[in-house]
Amino acid sequence: MHDAGTLTMLGLVVGALTLGTVVGQVLRRTVTSPSAERIVTNLNARMRAWWIMAAIFVVSILLGGMTTVVLFALSSFLAFREFITLTPTHRSDHRALFWCFFVIIPLNYWLVAIEWYGFFTVFIPVYAFVFIPGRIALAGTYERYLERTSKIQWALMVTVYFLSYVPALLMLEIEAYQGNNAGLLFFFILLVQLNDVLQYVWGNLIGRRKIAPVISPNKTWGGFVGGVLTTTLIGALLAPATPFHPLQAAGLSLLVCLMGFVGDLTMSAVKRDLGVKDFSAVLPGHGGVLDRLDSCTFAAPIFFHVVRYYFATG
Amino acid sequence: MIARLLTGCVRFLCGCNARWAELPVAGPRVYYANHTSHLDSLLLWSALPAQLRRSCRIVAAADYWERTRARRWLAREVFRAVLIDRTTVTRRNNPLDHMLAVLDAGEALVIFPEGGRSDRQVVRDFRSGIWHMARRRPDLPFVPVWLENLSRVLPKGEVLPVPLMTAVAFGAAFHKAADDTKEIFLDRARRRLLALRREPDPCTTPER
Repeated sequence: MHDAGTLTMLGLVVGALTLGTVVGQVLRRTVTSPSAERIVTNLNARMRAWWIMAAIFVVSILLGGMTTVVLFALSSFLAFREFITLTPTHRSDHRALFWCFFVIIPLNYWLVAIEWYGFFTVFIPVYAFVFIPGRIALAGTYERYLERTSKIQWALMVTVYFLSYVPALLMLEIEAYQGNNAGLLFFFILLVQLNDVLQYVWGNLIGRRKIAPVISPNKTWGGFVGGVLTTTLIGALLAPATPFHPLQAAGLSLLVCLMGFVGDLTMSAVKRDLGVKDFSAVLPGHGGVLDRLDSCTFAAPIFFHVVRYYFATG
Repeated sequence: MIARLLTGCVRFLCGCNARWAELPVAGPRVYYANHTSHLDSLLLWSALPAQLRRSCRIVAAADYWERTRARRWLAREVFRAVLIDRTTVTRRNNPLDHMLAVLDAGEALVIFPEGGRSDRQVVRDFRSGIWHMARRRPDLPFVPVWLENLSRVLPKGEVLPVPLMTAVAFGAAFHKAADDTKEIFLDRARRRLLALRREPDPCTTPER
């Protein structure tokens, strides 16, 4: 896995972070208005958090398999917690929530770790989704029952099931790419995060018309198109690091960008509904773990299944 | 060691973030908080800076904490709790004297003036203990502490906790005013505690 492709991606990450940090420091010395100063302070806080997150992620990738699974299991735990903390739950949901935190999340990631594909894909959508409504009904209160169960199931689906498709990329068997799946995972995460960042950058440069002003005032058509095109181009250029031809890599990048955007927008709608701006404040400048991973959640399962359908042998 | 392990666990599981209205100060003072869960005292204690934690003692009910050997060991050796006899209060065995002795020795106290755990967000009227402390030690600072979301982490009647995010809000310290009566003082203390609630707080409004 210490091949040229991984080194290229690593170089891209370090380059992008350095560029962002330098720009942030230059802006810090040149801004004058208080409102611009606030944006620059946020940018610099974001950059500091970016370095730490990138370091943790890259180290987990280099250490390989199990470490990556544990990292994402922990992320799911934190994201699910952020979601449930902000969602009003009933006193009678207590036991069901306990099961989610301490049985369903570990079991789901254990299935990823032992690469039991068949059970992993149905464990939450079938088994957990039978268990949770049953457990809540057993607790014996019916007020807002449908609302309560769907909130917990939704949280589980997005923050645990969808997110676990990222480390699940490690279990795909792709011809002539054996033992390199960590590179594929790196490629996916890099694209999703680049897409976020580039949409933000393009949005600030040329963004005018808002896409969904009520749900997410920061998203503009300019930012969207600019971000998607640049990320797709970078994805195509990174093809040597992946099992894909440049054109295939471009197509998959485009898919990841679109799904990332949908995930981001959906989670913005959820936050609006819950009446908050960020899911928490554990990542300075970014918000919560789920704020950083929202675009991953929708892109991961689609990316996984498309790659599996067209490229996997096993 | 065990205390550090426990506070570490609580900090990880409850993602406890502390908000301070003013810089934390050591020395004799009374932290008083709302009480909804068995984890309350542990969480409040974990939220304190480590050097303050050592000289901060939780006031707890002896009838509960003396009941089994494990509890007694936890209360005495790990937390150094000030155990108060709720059942046989006589002039000679006045819990107030024990608490004042601790304060006079330069340590801080954690107390739950509602007298017991309450359900959800209803903060019951305060018992008169803190008034008597204020009356006997007029210079004693009182610090309100609002514990958020604990009733969802470990509600009354449950044994297993759910690791949701919690917050601990420390308010500004205040003293007894010269012309305070018991009612005025207790009411002010209660209102200062309630004022620390974050509004609107999606975490603590279960029924919308």
